[in-house]
Amino acid sequence: MGDSKRELLSGDEAVALAAFHLGAALGTGYPGTPSTEILETFSELGGHAQWAPNEKVALEVALGAAFTGARAIATMKHVGLNVAADPLFTAAYTGVSGALVVVSADDPGMASSQNEQDNRHYAVAAGVPMLEPSDSQEAYDFTLQAIEISERWKIPVLLRLTTRVCHSRTAVRPGAANPPPKPPNFERDIRGRVMIPAYARPAGRRLRQKLAEIQAWNESSPLNRVIAGDDSLGIITSGISYMHVREAAPTASVLKLGFTYPLPVEKIRAFAAGAKRCLVIEEGDPWLAEAIRAVGVKVESKPEMYRFGELSVPRVKRILAGDISPEPASVPGKPPQLCPGCSHRYVFEALHDLDCIVAGDIGCYTLGVLPPFEAMDSCVCMGASIGVGLGLRHTLPPEQARRVVSVIGDSTFVHSGITGLVEMAYNPPPTGHVVLILDNSTTAMTGHQEHPGTGRTLAHEPTGKIVFEDLVRGLGIPRVHTIDPSGDPEGLNRLLVESLDSEELVVIIARRPCLLIAGKIKEYDRAATQTCTEIQAD
Amino acid sequence: MKNGVTNVIVAGLGGQGVLKASGIVADTMFRAGLDVKQSELHGMSQRGGSVSSDVRFGREVFSPMVPTGEADFLVVVAPDQIEVNRHQLRPGGVLITPDAVPADKLSNKRSINIALLGVLSRHLEIPEECWLEAIRAAFPEKLHAANQQAFALGRNGA
Repeated sequence: MGDSKRELLSGDEAVALAAFHLGAALGTGYPGTPSTEILETFSELGGHAQWAPNEKVALEVALGAAFTGARAIATMKHVGLNVAADPLFTAAYTGVSGALVVVSADDPGMASSQNEQDNRHYAVAAGVPMLEPSDSQEAYDFTLQAIEISERWKIPVLLRLTTRVCHSRTAVRPGAANPPPKPPNFERDIRGRVMIPAYARPAGRRLRQKLAEIQAWNESSPLNRVIAGDDSLGIITSGISYMHVREAAPTASVLKLGFTYPLPVEKIRAFAAGAKRCLVIEEGDPWLAEAIRAVGVKVESKPEMYRFGELSVPRVKRILAGDISPEPASVPGKPPQLCPGCSHRYVFEALHDLDCIVAGDIGCYTLGVLPPFEAMDSCVCMGASIGVGLGLRHTLPPEQARRVVSVIGDSTFVHSGITGLVEMAYNPPPTGHVVLILDNSTTAMTGHQEHPGTGRTLAHEPTGKIVFEDLVRGLGIPRVHTIDPSGDPEGLNRLLVESLDSEELVVIIARRPCLLIAGKIKEYDRAATQTCTEIQAD
Repeated sequence: MKNGVTNVIVAGLGGQGVLKASGIVADTMFRAGLDVKQSELHGMSQRGGSVSSDVRFGREVFSPMVPTGEADFLVVVAPDQIEVNRHQLRPGGVLITPDAVPADKLSNKRSINIALLGVLSRHLEIPEECWLEAIRAAFPEKLHAANQQAFALGRNGA
């Protein structure tokens, strides 16, 4: 691919292109800003891409694929890795036969997230190598590298992106993607993959041995490089912060780290020794600065106020100047809102009018918290509406407990709500409970991705469909109602009152396809019917 | 245009084609052979809220974000978003707003975003063909005529 042409790609697109060029056999994940476009692009390129019900399942599927010798990639946003943390930690022990790249797309500044967690900590906690690209070219190159490192040391690799890397479009020249993958084949490795304590103990030691080897290799890795400059100021940085640094301090010498765990400690020590003042510039937690200090290298780090939010060229200039004066307040724009005519509006109007205590969840409908509805009392993580609602019901005095409702979207319900319903059936509160599934037949918030409840695959082709009514009844919850909230708002109101009064376990499925996708859904259905007819005709 | 880098911000509301417009600016500069970075925040902004997108181009661009107060050009598609974005403009920078284009002459009024790019193009020495190629690449064929008309209206005032 020496004559490859230059393309303008987002970081997400670049990751997908590299995975495709290296013959990744499977891409799986759960949609989440800013990671979503990786799998969509991988699918468009012709790769085998799938949405999983949640990130834990995605990582497990990818791990299984990597056990066969194949190359697999699992994508998710930062909070998704919390869900997938369980397989991640032990996958570090089992290792892989092919390649497993776990993409964590962090969201400093919370453009579209509920927290600002810094997933670099996961690399250390689980013991997996971590690469941090700073633009789309590196997103491409580092994905190739991640696959190579994963195969060489038979270990999962964390590719840590951030919003500005995922969603900035920058020039990419695709490089040589070699070697091709080996054909998948099952080779039994009971001691390597069955993590009973007797086999896990040596596996834990093997993992540390691998990390020690990788660290030694990383000391001379081309993924970490020095940009020579004035020795009065040395800056150690990684990811998008590198770009801000080059612009804010064009004459400084810079150690740009691309491979940040296990850290190239001696390289850092030598760089710091050569600079009169050495400063770490990083977004989020002072993770890098603390890791560097822990090995006895003296570096300055940013003041605490810069832990929060994204960095930028002006903020890096302030850090360099030690400026801790209050920053100019950002000018508030127009907040987002539920679309005019959105069926969620009717639901939140009803919840507001009935003065319900609403345990909410993650999706477009979280906007029900804003005026004029202000009908949401908690929003924590995917699926939490049901567990939190039950907890409220268990301990509130009965007159308050009777007003508690859990509200969850269709995709979120499949992701993490089902186990909440199992809990409800198993440990019912004395006053019963009411769960509202807002089924708009898509994952709307992240840009209308399919999920197991839509009956269509990532590429919008027909597949098995989870029928919520059947699933709920199967759990032994007899009171299941389905209603169109915009078609019958009064009926919805009545049903809510009846359900709350019943003091039983009730699930109401408020179903109306998202206005923005209704036309598309009809197209998909038409295409599916056509295919069926063609098959029957054959 | 500090250090040879030109900073453009396109702003407006979700659904107005802000990201489409900034994507076309980036693609145009890319076709003209420049280094380009385009950056935006997705997510909640899609639901009718404020949206803005940064495009930076020149010989070599580092940060993808336009530093506050350093935009050379601020293109605002929604009149009510002018004031909330004005602080992005550098002193002497150029503000381009919907009243720069006679809306009644647009063959499709949704193409206002592209008409404003026509206005922007007057200030930049980039071959017109780069703009037109980028616009064609950004839309399905049935929308080419309306968007080319909008661009011409902004660029030539007719």
